[in-house]
Amino acid sequence: MANFKEIMSRPERLTGGHRMCAGCGGTIAVRNVLKALNPEDRAVIANATGCLEVSTFMYPYTAWKDSYIHNAFENAGATLSGVEAAYNVMKRKGKIDDTYKFIAFGGDGGTYDIGFQSLSGAMERNHDMVYVCYDNGAYMNTGIQRSSATPMYADTTTTPAGKVSDGKMQNRKDLAEIIASHHIPYVAQTTFLGNFKDLHEKAEKAIYTKGAAFLNIMAPCPRGWRYPTENIMDMCKLGVETCYWPLFEVIDGKWLLSYKPKNKLPIEEFLKPQGRFKHLFKKGNEHLIEQFQKEVDDRWEQLLKFCEV
Amino acid sequence: MTAKSIRERLSGNEAVAIAMRQINPDVMAAFPITPSTEIPQYFSTFVANGQVDTEFVPVESEHSAMSACVGSEAAGARTVTATSSCGLALMWEELYIAASCRLPIALACVNRALSGPININCDHSDSMGARDSGWIQIYSENNQEAYDNFVQAYRIAENENVRLPIMICQDGFITSHAVENISLIDDKDVKDFVGEYNPSEYMLNKDHSMAVGPYDVPAFYMEHKKQQAVAMENAKQVILDVAAEFEKMTGRKYSLFETYKLDDAECAIVIINSAAGTAKDAIDKLREKGKKVGLLKIRVFRPFPADEIAEALKNVKAIAVMDRCEGFSAQGGPLGAEIKSALFNHCSTAKVINYIYGIGGRDVRVENIEEVYEALFNVIKSGNIGQAYRYLSLRD
Repeated sequence: MANFKEIMSRPERLTGGHRMCAGCGGTIAVRNVLKALNPEDRAVIANATGCLEVSTFMYPYTAWKDSYIHNAFENAGATLSGVEAAYNVMKRKGKIDDTYKFIAFGGDGGTYDIGFQSLSGAMERNHDMVYVCYDNGAYMNTGIQRSSATPMYADTTTTPAGKVSDGKMQNRKDLAEIIASHHIPYVAQTTFLGNFKDLHEKAEKAIYTKGAAFLNIMAPCPRGWRYPTENIMDMCKLGVETCYWPLFEVIDGKWLLSYKPKNKLPIEEFLKPQGRFKHLFKKGNEHLIEQFQKEVDDRWEQLLKFCEV
Repeated sequence: MTAKSIRERLSGNEAVAIAMRQINPDVMAAFPITPSTEIPQYFSTFVANGQVDTEFVPVESEHSAMSACVGSEAAGARTVTATSSCGLALMWEELYIAASCRLPIALACVNRALSGPININCDHSDSMGARDSGWIQIYSENNQEAYDNFVQAYRIAENENVRLPIMICQDGFITSHAVENISLIDDKDVKDFVGEYNPSEYMLNKDHSMAVGPYDVPAFYMEHKKQQAVAMENAKQVILDVAAEFEKMTGRKYSLFETYKLDDAECAIVIINSAAGTAKDAIDKLREKGKKVGLLKIRVFRPFPADEIAEALKNVKAIAVMDRCEGFSAQGGPLGAEIKSALFNHCSTAKVINYIYGIGGRDVRVENIEEVYEALFNVIKSGNIGQAYRYLSLRD
């Protein structure tokens, strides 16, 4: 790896001036994944419909330096499959000399839910591409509706907490594990921590591993999670330190834990700063937090087993 | 005739697959569905045996097939797919996106009824459902036409004044699976006729990157749609020009539509695809009896050659428009609506009946078509159309 400071000062491939919200996790994810590209390498970016698409490529302006394609909501995986196939044949025919890398970005709506089949197909066919999910745990673009990535009890606009409801009643899908079951060369889960070394290293491995790779990045949305915009790094840290969002890799089927907190924090630390979990802290709802903690503990124990820690 | 002609006996699917082999496209993304399945099957064999340079992407659905086609074509690769029925319906969203991104993808559509109830046999509800998606649609009466139309497809779609996707349609089973005599064109002649694909704008262009599929605000969306509409209008002349060149190569003549004994006809039917052959037989029989009957067979449905059709039908007293597809408009099918609108604009006084026929694979026999002409003569005789929207060969 080149000098980390140099890497972090590489020119931006997603330029400023786009219309994403201040403090948006999605753009932080994109900028840091793209920093892992060797500056001499070209890329084609595919993007599922969502905040990222409608805010970065509003005709006639694009914020993307690389070639970019938005097709629809549910098909970034399949769309990029076609681009990669085109590259292979054009390279073989001598129509292209340059090295191109293929990276798809989708939110959890376009990835866990409506784009799940298209993603699964692209991963199973092992196209030489990276699919990056910026997971903010709800359909934020349409106004904070629940997704299968939304954690249990979250108050969303389609699972509002009310007199007879505690918010979303179902558990969150574990997409990284599902994609790992496709037996592709590289799967990893990360978020924004410290100097972004974890994210960078995983993005670089994902991009430069031949074959299909999947990155799941927790990318908080201040609007949807309801915490002060400037606290995004704290939110990510709490997600990791409570083991709500563990950091790991699956390389050729081998599970590797990237980080084990010295003192695992109670889940309240992660839930409390977020407005979407406010109702859990009302008197009489202690059992909901207990249930949430149990789910986090069970998943963490399972992950430790996978990683043989 | 300048080109070498090769006599063969092939099914319609095999003929289209051979046209694809001769064209040697860069990428095929496809998903199997009866009755078009054989096309990607034959083509996969060409890939497996190194007869083509194509990357075959065996996607997990038709939605992903067209999604991958959009990605591939936008990247700069000549791209092909094939489908039928629900497969085309599943592509519906992507058909519009392919057209609006001005991507000249070619699709072999083997016409089959839409579910439900599920039915694997021929009708045109699949491609008629896609008629407003911005794709050029060309129809084929038999195996020869399916092959010839496919050879012409990219020359039309990729023309710089057009740049629209194109679907070449033929009837499921009736022509896709029936083996007929066919004249194939020499591989080299097809290659020369179709030419290399060198798009002016594409994503893998090293000189400048390109962004595809923007969010379009009201200030631009309408102008973009108008550009698409102009491209579709432009396609008409390009189709004729390509047909003229094709005729020079093969001696086989194509136009926007075909007429059969229409010049002096009092009664005519307007029809699409394989049943035109049956109708021609019925016409020959009726002509022997001195009946002045004729036919207009649509080749190009999108763009719709309304003025030319109205001109061709101007001396006909009664017309039966044959729709192999319901429209559920409670007044007929899609072809009926188009023909009546074309005639209205030319102040036609012809009496028009719209028949729904042959849907879900219902047989169309020579005597059924004779019945239609008989009904038309009755209309002329009585001066009354009676029921303007009818079903042919409906069981009691």
